[in-house]
Amino acid sequence: MSGSPPRGGPTDGLAAAFADGPAFVPYLVAGDPDYEGSLQYVEALARGGADVIELGLPFSEPIAEGPTIQSAIVRSLEAGMGPERFFTFVEALDVDVPLVCMTYYNLLYQYGTEEGPRPFVERAAEAGIAGFVVPDLPAEEAGPLRAACDEFGLDLIFIVAPTTRGERLARTHELISGYVYVQARLGTTGAREEVSDRTESSLERIADWEVPKAVGFGIKTGEHAARIVRAGADGIIVGSALVDVVAEGVEEGRPTAETAATLEERARELKRGALHGASEPEAEQP
Amino acid sequence: MSDTQFGRYGGQYVPEALMPALEELEDAYERYVLGNEDGFLDEFRERIRDFGGRPTPLGRADRLSDRYGREVYLKREDLLHGGAHKLNNALGQVLLAKYMGKERIIAETGAGQHGTATAMAAAHLGMPCEIYMGRTDVNRQRPNVFRMRINGAEVNPVDIGRGTLKEAISETMRDWSRTVEDSHYVIGSVVGPSPFPRMVRDFQAIISEEAREQIRERTGGLPDSVVACAGGGSNTMGMFHEFVPDADVSLYAVEAGGSSLEVDEDTGVAPNSASLSTGAEGVLHGARTRLLQDSDGQIMESHSVSAGLDYAGVGPELAYLVDEGRVTPVNVDDDAALEAFHRLSTQEGIIPALETAHAFAYLEGAAAELGEVVIVNVSGRGDKDLETVIEETETRGIEAAPEMSVFDGGLR
Repeated sequence: MSGSPPRGGPTDGLAAAFADGPAFVPYLVAGDPDYEGSLQYVEALARGGADVIELGLPFSEPIAEGPTIQSAIVRSLEAGMGPERFFTFVEALDVDVPLVCMTYYNLLYQYGTEEGPRPFVERAAEAGIAGFVVPDLPAEEAGPLRAACDEFGLDLIFIVAPTTRGERLARTHELISGYVYVQARLGTTGAREEVSDRTESSLERIADWEVPKAVGFGIKTGEHAARIVRAGADGIIVGSALVDVVAEGVEEGRPTAETAATLEERARELKRGALHGASEPEAEQP
Repeated sequence: MSDTQFGRYGGQYVPEALMPALEELEDAYERYVLGNEDGFLDEFRERIRDFGGRPTPLGRADRLSDRYGREVYLKREDLLHGGAHKLNNALGQVLLAKYMGKERIIAETGAGQHGTATAMAAAHLGMPCEIYMGRTDVNRQRPNVFRMRINGAEVNPVDIGRGTLKEAISETMRDWSRTVEDSHYVIGSVVGPSPFPRMVRDFQAIISEEAREQIRERTGGLPDSVVACAGGGSNTMGMFHEFVPDADVSLYAVEAGGSSLEVDEDTGVAPNSASLSTGAEGVLHGARTRLLQDSDGQIMESHSVSAGLDYAGVGPELAYLVDEGRVTPVNVDDDAALEAFHRLSTQEGIIPALETAHAFAYLEGAAAELGEVVIVNVSGRGDKDLETVIEETETRGIEAAPEMSVFDGGLR
């Protein structure tokens, strides 16, 4: 497999976010628990050191999500989040890091009057979205979305699972741009006490991919982040552990500013952990 | 058309972690099911006969024939072991999982018929089994919960959303994405990612294979029409498959019209399950098909008095056959289904499943288009529905319902 990038130009935006050492990529569901609060939470993550932010656009049947993010999706949908409002939300955000939209294919597919994902991608580009992660869209079905992303200069990130091998890796590699989302373990999203030991072998299988490698699923603490980076990751993706902070805020009836401060603090800890993992001697790559 | 699709429908819209499992399943399907490798099909046919009780009879419904002035024949899948057509697929897939070397079976269930059939098949073949079932369905289909537990299966209630089939499928997919390396997901209908819709159809096609032979023996020819209820569509596709090439045989898929075909976008509720009649194209649970969804693409909560039809999607092949004009989608509402339930029970001595009752309700309203000879698929028996039916017919004042004053102090 050659090391030359399969795609140029548009990938620079997201890939650049990984250029200065390990990137911290947090995820929140947009509009969780409500529109105004969520704007503050996302901005707090940017202040806490996020290099890229993944924003979930809630879909009613999130088959790849564990209980934490499912609950966040329910809160957000009940507070009125939907595709159009999501774009307004993105435009209202005061952050200077690239934003990635994470959602399910039916919402991309239904948007606009024209058939296929093109109208959604066009509108996302206009709102300032840099790329997409679509958990229910494997390479086999991604042709139309890849074409639309190329047309509007957006990245299409794919998930590589512990079970992804052989031809499937090659097929995904052909279509990917921005970064690769390395799924640390099997299952749905959700914070864990231990980091999966399958991360390392997953990273080895894609060692020659030119896109940055971000690892997600189960990362909860700065220590996890450090270990993942030591294992060779270019970035860490943290979702459920941060969504938990939002959920606790709702349950405890905390003021938005207090939850935002906690999120900012957690973001700093995770970013520090990632940097720590990169600075230790055993982290050096031969 | 790629072989994962039926025209524009079908495909494999699933998380990456599941894709290798679908490839493995595709390979096993081709080798064992299509190619009879290691004698898989022979063993399946033997077990579905000796354990399942096939072939099921095709019988003439004398009083319905008189009532409608045409020859009405009943394909008796209610007589299959477990009381529904579901065992055809469940036994096939559990056996296939065994041939594939899988160690654990998971499945979703709506009415509990598929869960029951899977639990029976798993017990029969010595496999551990876990069933996901929406909380609403657990409560309205108690007899099937008891049956699954008694057969040794774990039953995991799903509390998300309205707690029906849609949520149960999502939750089973989540389990599978954790356990994909040693577990097989026995999907219960002709839905989901490829190769499930084709494979489930092939296991269920034994219904129409038998029925086509049986009707020729009885009448010397083919029927003018075939009628089956449609939720996800497994009994529908099973009953239709061998008749699809017979251009002169009309195929009617009867959906649940629920309480109304109108939808409420604000609450996200479609008070019916008529995705072929009223749905729009979209992607759900691994396949592109026709769905009940709002204008954003959020999936709506469906409704039917029958738990087994209560689903916002439908099998992609049925969506395709409807687009091609080969299958005619029709629908009947809750009340008509309840009337039909009582009619079949008193007129023919067969208590049908509420799902099945929809097919008979269509017979009542249908005009001459059904022709001289009609086969209706009796997809399942109604024991599981007795409590629901007695309650619902009382509440709605359905006239055909017997009164239950034999109990001291009435029903409750």
